[in-house]
Amino acid sequence: MKYFPVEKSFLDKLLTSQKSFVHAVDDVSFSMGRGDILGLVGESGSGKSTTGRLCLKLIEPTSGSIVFEGVDIAKLQGEELRRFRRNMQMVFQDPTASLSPRIRVGDAIKHALSFQGVGRPTEQSERTQAMLERVGLEPWSNFYDRFPHELSGGQRQRVVIARALVLNPKFVVADEPIAMVDVSVRAQILELMLELKKEFDLTYLFITHDLAMANYVCQSIAIMYLGKIVETGPKEEVFGKPLHPYTLALLSSIPVPDPKAELKRIMPKGEIPSPINPPSGCRFHPRCPYAQAICAEREPQLEELRPNHQAACFFPRM
Amino acid sequence: MPLLHIQSLVVEYHTVRANVKAVDRVSLSMEKGRTLGLVGESGCGKSTLGLSTVRLVPSPGRIVGGRITLDGIDVVNCSDEEIRQVRGKRVGYIFQDPMTSLNPVKKIGDHFVEIIHTHEPEVSEEEALKRGKDMIERLGILPERIDDFPHQFSGGMRQRVMIGLALILGPDLLIADEPTTSLDVIVEAQIIELLKQLKISLGLTLILITHNIGIVAETADRVAVMYAGRIAELGETYSLFEKPLHPYTQALLNSVPNITKKGQVLSWIPGAPPDLAEPPLGCLYHPRCPYAFDRCRKEEPLLLRHDDSEVACHLYDKR
Repeated sequence: MKYFPVEKSFLDKLLTSQKSFVHAVDDVSFSMGRGDILGLVGESGSGKSTTGRLCLKLIEPTSGSIVFEGVDIAKLQGEELRRFRRNMQMVFQDPTASLSPRIRVGDAIKHALSFQGVGRPTEQSERTQAMLERVGLEPWSNFYDRFPHELSGGQRQRVVIARALVLNPKFVVADEPIAMVDVSVRAQILELMLELKKEFDLTYLFITHDLAMANYVCQSIAIMYLGKIVETGPKEEVFGKPLHPYTLALLSSIPVPDPKAELKRIMPKGEIPSPINPPSGCRFHPRCPYAQAICAEREPQLEELRPNHQAACFFPRM
Repeated sequence: MPLLHIQSLVVEYHTVRANVKAVDRVSLSMEKGRTLGLVGESGCGKSTLGLSTVRLVPSPGRIVGGRITLDGIDVVNCSDEEIRQVRGKRVGYIFQDPMTSLNPVKKIGDHFVEIIHTHEPEVSEEEALKRGKDMIERLGILPERIDDFPHQFSGGMRQRVMIGLALILGPDLLIADEPTTSLDVIVEAQIIELLKQLKISLGLTLILITHNIGIVAETADRVAVMYAGRIAELGETYSLFEKPLHPYTQALLNSVPNITKKGQVLSWIPGAPPDLAEPPLGCLYHPRCPYAFDRCRKEEPLLLRHDDSEVACHLYDKR
């Protein structure tokens, strides 16, 4: 669970003692097995990035536990946590923003090793060189001493991937890894990530707003809405036989790259509301075309409605 | 007579390194009431082409050659006063980012009043506000919210306001440059539905500039694929998606995931688009093209008719 406190104006603070919170991630539970690729899908403001950051404890959860190989990392602090992070890395959305413009890309990758105290400097350089080549920046000598601005968007994202993987992690959170990359090279980055997954026996949490992309990459899917997981299951189930009206709305909104595709749009009303005062009951009810009185009163829980396929809805589309 | 006719348009950006041709000898013609999708990757010149039609190419860019005729008006050579009459009145323009295109210290209503007063100074403020209210109501926003500030609106509503501002003077041609790029999927679908519906009810001609192949498939009658400042292929949407001719079009279509297709294998284009300050000889796509042969490295292909489409590729030029 993660609530962000909302800062109020000075006057408000004098008048009320109550604090308000952004319910960014609210009572979210899921588990992943080794080698899984879970797609965390939702619109902006749904809490998917916050969930990803919580998995690595890049931010402190308000409550709840994050268990990685039997260890609750929510309780880890300082040196212990730092050492633990070797196992879990992140690929950020914007490769331009996540690389320092004044650090040569080879050094950026090497820093990850020296920070974790892995190997001696010569060994660190060798591992960096090998990693550069592994992500397709060959020969490494052409790239090691370059600055980020000298590379294309796709190449920069390869550097970010190399930096995440050089520590040989087990778990990688990829937050919109291809959103800033040109369309024609997106598939190439995805293919690289899938190859590396096999080679390094990785587990991916893949955060995206692009359902078609999630469908292409992931094995299972969790759909988030306003800080909650509303539906989860294997990709064939969630995208093939969606249960939650929100999933249905998302799926029917995707522009299909085929002019002959028949569009049957189920359009929810309005836009995602503020997570400061989320709607009562089911958070989707004010926009849901199938909502009834109970949806505003009680909050539906995730239930297994089909094998391995869970949804939180009183009136699922069976 | 076509509503918009562009012939051999050349737009250059003058930089210290070189004069970069962002748009190079582009010719296009648009009949009234149709929708053209202008697709390509970032830097291919699609936005510059859009801005040229209202002579708004930002400095250091300049139209250095070719003609643009809009409803009989010579856009490239007409006076500043004439081009002012084209902007807003004949051509409505929706810019990419609704978050930064509205003035944060002005109410929504003031935006409408400003545009109307610039072009029709005789209209009273009340009348202008009323027209603004009618417009936003038509776009699905409560009319009383005309007194709100942009920050009180969500992204989708701001984009609706942008559409309203583009349409308030009743233009014939609407140019939408990446109108949904910063929006979420559901809101994106809402905006696209709105544009389709407005196009029919107002009888608009629409140019949709986007990198999103899905949106083009859904809305456009015709598609122009741009690469490195040139049109690589131009054709009816159905035939272009059914049988793409240019190797670039083929590769671009194969790189887009389609959720309705099972077992799809995506492909990609090796390398990167050329540096237009030092363009390669011959076809600009040849360094990335799997079918490139000798002629492609020496001679630049022309946009020629092939079946129902036009394509600039030596594979189809049997001369």
